[in-house]
Amino acid sequence: MRNEQATALLFELSRPGRRAVRFAAPDVAVQTTELLPEWALADKPPPLPEVSESDVVRHFTNLSARNMSVDSHFYPLGSCTMKYNPKRNERLASLPGFSQVHPYQPDSTVQGLLACLFELQEMLAEISGLPGVSLQPAAGAHGELTALLVAAAYFRHRGERRTKVLSPDSAHGTNPASARMAGFTAVTVRSTPSGFVDLDDLRRQLDGQVAVLMITNPNTLGLFDPHIRTIADLVHDVGGLVYLDGANMNAVLGITRPADCGADMMHFNPHKTFSGPHGGGGPGAGPICVRSDLEPFLPVPVVARRNGHYFLDYHRPESIGRVRAFFGNVGVLLRAYCYLLTHGPDGLRKVAENAVLNANYLLARLKRLLACPQGDRCMHEFVLTAEPLRRRGLKQPARDIAKRLLDYGFHAPTVYFPLTVPEALMIEPTETESKETLDAFADALEKILQEPLDLLQEAPHSTPISRPDEVQAARNPKLRWTPD
Amino acid sequence: MPEPEKLWYTETHEWVHLENDGSQQIATVGITAFAVEQLTDIVYLELPKVGRQLEAGEEFGEVESVKAVSPLYCPVSGTVIAVHDDLPNHLEKLSQDPYGEGWMIRLAVRDPQPLERLLTYEQYQKQCAEGA
Amino acid sequence: MSYWSNTAEDQRAMLEVIGLESIDALFDVIPQQLKRKTPLAIRPGMTELELSQHMQALADRNRHTANSLCFLGGGAYDHFVPAVVDALASRGEFYTSYTPYQPEVSQGNLQAMFEYQTLICQLTGMDVSNASLYDGASAAAEAVLMAINATGRSRRVVTASSVHPEYRQVLATYLAPLGVELCTVPAPQGQVAAEAWEAAVDPETACLLVQHPNFFGYLEQMPAAVEAAHKAGALCIQVFDPISLGLLRRPGDFDVDIAVAEGQCLGTPLQFGGPYLGILACRESLVRRLPGRLAGQTVDRLGRRCWVLTLQTREQHIRREKATSNICTNQGLLALRAAIYLALLGPMGLREVATQCLYKSHYALERLTESKQFRPAFSGHFFKEFVVRAADGKLDERLKEAEKQNILAGLPLGRWYPELSDCMLVCVTENRTRADIDAWAESLLGAQAGTHARSTAGDPVASKIVRTGR
Repeated sequence: MRNEQATALLFELSRPGRRAVRFAAPDVAVQTTELLPEWALADKPPPLPEVSESDVVRHFTNLSARNMSVDSHFYPLGSCTMKYNPKRNERLASLPGFSQVHPYQPDSTVQGLLACLFELQEMLAEISGLPGVSLQPAAGAHGELTALLVAAAYFRHRGERRTKVLSPDSAHGTNPASARMAGFTAVTVRSTPSGFVDLDDLRRQLDGQVAVLMITNPNTLGLFDPHIRTIADLVHDVGGLVYLDGANMNAVLGITRPADCGADMMHFNPHKTFSGPHGGGGPGAGPICVRSDLEPFLPVPVVARRNGHYFLDYHRPESIGRVRAFFGNVGVLLRAYCYLLTHGPDGLRKVAENAVLNANYLLARLKRLLACPQGDRCMHEFVLTAEPLRRRGLKQPARDIAKRLLDYGFHAPTVYFPLTVPEALMIEPTETESKETLDAFADALEKILQEPLDLLQEAPHSTPISRPDEVQAARNPKLRWTPD
Repeated sequence: MPEPEKLWYTETHEWVHLENDGSQQIATVGITAFAVEQLTDIVYLELPKVGRQLEAGEEFGEVESVKAVSPLYCPVSGTVIAVHDDLPNHLEKLSQDPYGEGWMIRLAVRDPQPLERLLTYEQYQKQCAEGA
Repeated sequence: MSYWSNTAEDQRAMLEVIGLESIDALFDVIPQQLKRKTPLAIRPGMTELELSQHMQALADRNRHTANSLCFLGGGAYDHFVPAVVDALASRGEFYTSYTPYQPEVSQGNLQAMFEYQTLICQLTGMDVSNASLYDGASAAAEAVLMAINATGRSRRVVTASSVHPEYRQVLATYLAPLGVELCTVPAPQGQVAAEAWEAAVDPETACLLVQHPNFFGYLEQMPAAVEAAHKAGALCIQVFDPISLGLLRRPGDFDVDIAVAEGQCLGTPLQFGGPYLGILACRESLVRRLPGRLAGQTVDRLGRRCWVLTLQTREQHIRREKATSNICTNQGLLALRAAIYLALLGPMGLREVATQCLYKSHYALERLTESKQFRPAFSGHFFKEFVVRAADGKLDERLKEAEKQNILAGLPLGRWYPELSDCMLVCVTENRTRADIDAWAESLLGAQAGTHARSTAGDPVASKIVRTGR
């Protein structure tokens, strides 16, 4: 079945003179004598591959068959919320009235689009409880950076100079990286063995220099921190702001609102929570929501409405400016809008309920096989440890299990994250998986743990390639094809 | 080649060899066999330039494996007078001969060094045994 | 409407295994006072049919390139997208997968990333490309941060007023926390004077950020900019237009250090500004300072060629606050579109598109300025965009008149350049026919236009481009 010829590199398929897309010669006469000066012109066009249209189609079609995807496989990649991506959203976001709109068209020519985006702003404000919304950030990490810049502007406006951003040791690496890009010092707060913020350590770290505490709740262990309100109060007591990393909003949609938990700012990941497809690594979007007194500092422009007319509001003198060109990742935002309209308030709550039900059910089935250090209940995801298998002679048991799951037709969980759990397997089934799929996954894991060790260490056995040599890739980086 | 027993060590797994070269004290610095083994499959090494002033405890470079990066800390204060420029291209030397061909930098040591921050061979061995 | 599969019976069975009485009990850990007592105040759920009707009604309220003639550019372009791009990129195996953390089941995406990186290197003449960033503006900002790190100079960055104003705004946002001075060289004639670069660069300058062709569409003196930067030990970063490289010398040919671009023009629809594709390529020596994902070639246990994410120690998930950037994802799907697009066009297709843009934009300028109601604002060489001035200063009226005829005639520049408040930026791509351009000119010129009808005698592709390599 496998077509190895078609998946040779494009550059190897290339033959001089082969063509796919052609354009006619221009049908206009011009009088200018020298359109471009000699110094600026290339001798020849770039040495791109020369292939036929059918080459291209067959090549990429066969490449696509070498991927696992949500459309084809259960993909319980923890913290990534790999839920079903509705086809209707793809079709609707691709209507020419949305997809063929130029970003610099006059507002009067894009009233339908602006109405969508305005309503999306309002819906995100309602879900978060935070009224100021910017749809501009291009991804979750970009939203973090944007919100921290907003926080910096807020403190500057108040005449305060604060230097520190705190985040727990279980946080995603983007949190400290964003803090540094925004000009803050990233400071780590310890977690307790049960995975929550260590309140004593937090109290020790809190002082007048703390600008923001970044917190993921439910956290990366899939636990809702019952002390979230206390944590927020402690931060507020020293004049700091609480930033909620909204990566795990799927667990609490319609159940609780970040603002009610004390958050002052947050980002959403529409490509996770609101089913935007992950696109093999992007695009995403990272809209942020903030408390009303932070709103003046949001990036320009925002969508506003006056007398029933929608417009892009650039007149925001306190704004931090822009974090990207044009308006935002509208294509992703439209899919989120469609998702929200499809569900409505009851539907969104049921999303959270079923996501948490599925995760707890799978945890209940798996905890007999591998320990869950944080207990036997979770929100939308949970983290198991394969550490005890080291005693059976596996050097990297989490990796080995992950690889063997691929042979059973399941995408692997997230492994080795969070860093606070040794040999971590982070599993997020999402609400769109059926009980039968969860059972099949649990059965497979049970079987794998009874298999001979070498079967695990050598896994995967049935995939297009076996384990790649990552050391060679990093030692002698080959980052592009070159003719031999 | 210095014998491991005669070297000084840091808690962060660097070794340092101290010798007197007439007027000044010269320190040669590398990382221990234990560190090389723990890092597994080192893929990249970044070293400082000659002439750089370093304080004891300051970062002087980085060593990377596929999915980890570890800073290198200078055991003593001084000026870098030699850098093992060829080492990043021959990372195998780090595992084959960590205390010899695996040396990283030489420093002209500034002032008499307080050595109490450093560990003896025995102390370092004990630390490794406890850590493992 | 919903996408979950659990029936009431499933839910009962699952709760029993968990050992809970009710769904509500799953949320016991959340303190009561934090829980919502009322449903969210958003509209009720819709069926697929209802949603489709709602969205179609909203879409119908927008003008777009299929029901209007679009002469807007300024960094987002209405170029032709071949059907193959949509057909392949809409395969679920691509767009519903994620970052290739498990290379054994992600070879499709990884190989596509590697091919994208190679195609960008071929396109730009640079040594290394990453697997993409968010968009052109953030790519430019990331390139400047790279230059600051590489040179160890954090005092001054030099750019020009002919660089896209929104790119400069983004750069200012990114540089604000670092306290770097952003120096903007003027471009009074729509271009920076060659000697102005050297005057602006000092020994504490980290880099020059140049756009060529620039925001106005005109060429900048790249050799002078590169020389000025390198003489001062600074890096030179070029913002380029990928389509222009069908005709123009590549950034690598000018010896720039980092090349960045908005890659939307390579097969991605306009979609009101995003998601787009940030292209960033650099010279080999800067590879460890690159932000973002990189695919690298290696072999599997059986010695078969394959690809993995590599040099990951640069990235936030390992280096955390010391990472080269906080960026986590790439724009995989848009990079895939660009790879498919470049493969379909090949060298000759790219040259043909570029040639169409060049000729049609010049035809448009000549057509519009015949009657003296509009004058060229600048006199330099341009590629596919140019700036014209309304002689009577009444630009808005002209644009509104054109809009009534479903023509998006140009981008007024007053928003960013008060001194150009009677000027507009016009973009003409291969998608505009001669008839479109004539209609556009007539809509702007009003009744007088008819008297200037043109003949089209002779071979249009005369040898006006020196050395086209045909």
